[in-house]
Amino acid sequence: MKGKRPRLIKVKPPEKAATGVPGFDAVTLGGLPQGRTTLIVGGPGSGKTIFSLQFLVHGARVDKEPGIFVAFEEAPARIEANLEHFGWNIGALVPKRLAFMDAQPTADLLHSGDFDLGGMLAALGAQVEKMGAKRIVFDALDIVLSLLPDAAARRREIYGLHEWVLAHKLTCLMTAKAGSDDTTSFGLQPYGFMQFMVDCAVMLNHRVVQGVSQRNLRVQKYRGSGFDENEAPFVIGDRGFDVAITGRLGRVERKVTNERVSSGVERLDTMLGGGYYRAASILITGFPGTAKTTLSGSFAEAACNRGERTMFVSFDSDSNEVVRNLSSVGIRLARHIESGMLRMISARTIIGSAETLLVKIKAMALAQRARCLVIDPVSTLSRAGNELTAHGVAERLIDWCKADRITLLCTSLLDDTTNDENGSTPLQISTLADTWIHLNYLLQSGERNRGISIIKSRGMSHSNQVRELILDHAGITLTDTYTAGGDVLMGTLRWEKESALHDADVIAKAEAQLKSLRLDAEESELEARLKNVQTELAAKQVEKSLLAHTAMNRHGDLRRSHERMKELRSADASLRAPPPVKRK
Amino acid sequence: MKPPKPPGPMKALATALPVFKFRLYAAEDTQNSTQAFANILAICKEHLADRYEIEVIDVLRQPKRALQDGIRMTPTLVKLAPLPMRTIVGTLTQTQRVMTALGIEAVPA
Repeated sequence: MKGKRPRLIKVKPPEKAATGVPGFDAVTLGGLPQGRTTLIVGGPGSGKTIFSLQFLVHGARVDKEPGIFVAFEEAPARIEANLEHFGWNIGALVPKRLAFMDAQPTADLLHSGDFDLGGMLAALGAQVEKMGAKRIVFDALDIVLSLLPDAAARRREIYGLHEWVLAHKLTCLMTAKAGSDDTTSFGLQPYGFMQFMVDCAVMLNHRVVQGVSQRNLRVQKYRGSGFDENEAPFVIGDRGFDVAITGRLGRVERKVTNERVSSGVERLDTMLGGGYYRAASILITGFPGTAKTTLSGSFAEAACNRGERTMFVSFDSDSNEVVRNLSSVGIRLARHIESGMLRMISARTIIGSAETLLVKIKAMALAQRARCLVIDPVSTLSRAGNELTAHGVAERLIDWCKADRITLLCTSLLDDTTNDENGSTPLQISTLADTWIHLNYLLQSGERNRGISIIKSRGMSHSNQVRELILDHAGITLTDTYTAGGDVLMGTLRWEKESALHDADVIAKAEAQLKSLRLDAEESELEARLKNVQTELAAKQVEKSLLAHTAMNRHGDLRRSHERMKELRSADASLRAPPPVKRK
Repeated sequence: MKPPKPPGPMKALATALPVFKFRLYAAEDTQNSTQAFANILAICKEHLADRYEIEVIDVLRQPKRALQDGIRMTPTLVKLAPLPMRTIVGTLTQTQRVMTALGIEAVPA
């Protein structure tokens, strides 16, 4: 029995061949199964050819895996020309790293009896050997299959092809048309058996929901590998195929920063304790006309003044209008647009699915190398036909901005009917946003005044107060509001309160001044009186000393006159001192 | 072999009857290729007597040749002469259709 025991042949799980399609490699955890066959099925215009060529271009350019494109349906030159605008520069890869094989059945070709693909495989074998190809694409395989007389022949040829691919260790991608966009019924289609043969099957569909085109990709099977089973929206953008995916579990956490960026309004920065966080997502909600755009413009201007490249996407109005309107409140964007620091995008006219918009915004932001991005308003994403995808798109927008460390400010229009003060946003992105600023109107004594409040701001202390937002030619001012009897005073009431306080202050000041003057007067009066008395006193003293002096003089005089008399009379001895005068 | 009718004024210019040159791209000895070769040979023998040449190219042995000549399906029969060139793919089973396509006139029995 030795050596006769049947052995299991060990087959390693498939290595992956990256497709270079953003998102798809993430969905399939690395790409297509290497050295195996993948079938991609889709309706007309679903992007099969683009996807497969992108796979080859990526292989040839990045992974150093030369590839062959076998075209059954379109002339290679036309395919090349049609895909030129993706900027893949296919011409540079041909013929060393990328080869096209024209396998279109020519119009004058006659068929008589049974045939096989032996010739093609032989020719391909020569080509594979010549360029050391590792990847191969059979585009529109259904065309050649339809020439075969019966199902048995089709099956035989497909299996032959499959064997050939495996024998040459090529990573193979085959495309086939789906009869309808309903890919679930694919198994019932003429070439349904292919689906069972291949190691990986991908469905592309293209639906129109309420007039808006939605493209979705779904991996139906993938032998030997896990994959994301859900339909993922995709877009054919300026750079080719782009599959939208949200973040997966277990990806690398991003670095966060404590750096603050100014909102462009000084007092708002103070309310936020220093400004927004860099790479945060800021949501400004409010009813129409609550100065959402103005706050966004102010943020954009501040960013440009700091020398950060910024992009402003306006869904509501023309970019020139935005610039003009903002200049009326002292926000000057024109010079930043001229210097290229700011790029204004008017997306009013762009019609398409939310996914398309996101891809376009991403591409433009990359081209602008934007560090700050304003989307005004983001609620546009959820317009007709997009309700299902818009939330996911908004999530991906925030996710992408964080990954690229772009500070995102988006405004969101609140539905007029929601009268809730902290109304929820149509996209429910308020839960995703890091900072949520709410603007509302306060109707009070016949006035409509704008109020601003910070509903949340993750990771920073922020003011709890509702402030009044005032727009004038000098810009945005946030003023303190007065609370009186539980009501917040705004507009004229605030002004009245302010002026009343001001008046009271003036009166108090005047009164104090008057009092001080009065006191001054009294003081000087007293001082004058004091001086009078002092003068009087001095006079008295003088008088007194004069009196004393006079008295003494008189006494001396008297004595001298006595002595003179005595001398004159010569009655007594003149040398004797006269007796002292007796004092009275 | 001469045509039964005398040549018309235009055909008189062609002094000799054309020689048919065929090239058959075959995949070794697969059933389809063998069958195709047998079918074209039979047609030639019956209707062209010795006015034919058949070159057989085995694409499995000469894959580069197949690549150069743009051969995708086997068997492929190419009529090189007389012009215009024609290409027929398959086992060449429908004899009448093949002959019409190749411009071979049937020899009356």
